[in-house]
Amino acid sequence: MDAKVNYLLRQGDNALILSQRLSELCGKGPALEEDMALTNVALDLLGQTRMWYTYAGELEGQGRDEDRIAYHRDAHDFKNCLLVEQNNGNYADTMVRQFFFDTWHYFLIGALTKCSDQRIAEIAEKSLKEVTYHLRRSGDLVVRMGDGTEISHAKTQAAVNELWPYTGEFFNYDDVDRAMVDAGIAPAADELRAQWLAHVSDILAEATLTMPSPDAWMQKGGKQGRHTEHLGYLLAEMQFLQRAYPGAQW
Amino acid sequence: MDTQLSAAQVWTWLNDVPDPEIPVISVVDLGIVRGVQVTGDSACTVTITPTYSGCPAMQVIADAVTSALKERGVQQVELLTQLSPAWTTDWMSESGKAKLKGYGIAPPAQQVIDISALRAGGLAAGVKRHAIAAPKVACPHCGSGHTELTSQFGSTPCKALYKCLDCREPFDYFKCH
Repeated sequence: MDAKVNYLLRQGDNALILSQRLSELCGKGPALEEDMALTNVALDLLGQTRMWYTYAGELEGQGRDEDRIAYHRDAHDFKNCLLVEQNNGNYADTMVRQFFFDTWHYFLIGALTKCSDQRIAEIAEKSLKEVTYHLRRSGDLVVRMGDGTEISHAKTQAAVNELWPYTGEFFNYDDVDRAMVDAGIAPAADELRAQWLAHVSDILAEATLTMPSPDAWMQKGGKQGRHTEHLGYLLAEMQFLQRAYPGAQW
Repeated sequence: MDTQLSAAQVWTWLNDVPDPEIPVISVVDLGIVRGVQVTGDSACTVTITPTYSGCPAMQVIADAVTSALKERGVQQVELLTQLSPAWTTDWMSESGKAKLKGYGIAPPAQQVIDISALRAGGLAAGVKRHAIAAPKVACPHCGSGHTELTSQFGSTPCKALYKCLDCREPFDYFKCH
């Protein structure tokens, strides 16, 4: 597969899988305001997914549209990072996952607005303000929960520790990522990682939480299609209709 | 059609196409229509831009624009979607903002979203994050500036929820974007 198509699918897959995870909380959020926020963030990510998939399908030139890419692939074809497919858990798990993702997304999308591919730069420009709003919200909530009660602090710290090994994958570049760096599209891994660590460390400090070691052992494999067991269950629900009634439209 | 189609005429017609979520303002007031080009005797191209990338109203807006022009006799309507420059609430017309306020929705309070406080190290010493997160918004009912953010998201992606601490009314705020 062409490196750029692969890279575009990774962007779309990250946005779609996290969007689907957040959508699971529709009608089940811990408070009405949180419920609305989670589903609105999910909606933004879904819109971004459509732009990435549409461009990937056009470049690939095999007639796959956004729906075909979303609904007619199995788990090993998905290239999202392992972090976004992790279960929602308790609300600290949900928001720490969101905060780690949003921070990476914010710096990545910001860099992509200046990249050499005009269409990617336009999609990034369109997404940046949404992503910024997401990060402002998730960072704020991590501070509130970390610097909250004894129980909320403990749960948030546990979520940070549990999800930390899934954050290394963002910066663990493979041949596809490196080809995109060479093409003037993706930002360099060490630059992105330094920005991510600086912001995460600021927020965790304000939240009175302890940041695990940046050099800790990290999970990997999602970008290459090797996923945790959680992704299969997520896809089973998301793709049910197209699997039961292939090609159904309404 | 009796007379030659002009871009100005198309703009006037589009001025009457309401936003499906907030019908008091038009798609032109909102800044969604970015360009009109007359391409023939009875043919034109309309360029629109999405507000939020996942806004479910975009398809409805595209259909409404096409049918409004067809109803007025334009035979061929081509719609182009343009992502860049990205839509901003700065493009909302002054009359659009006034209509929003009259409808009970507080219009965007500042120009574009302020992200300075987000950047690593961008927070001044002793300043708490939540203290700077919410812009000051005037109540569209009584005009008081004594209001409070209830929720960062409202009924649509473009709105947040506020309440007035003076007249006690809750209201929607059209977020800066």
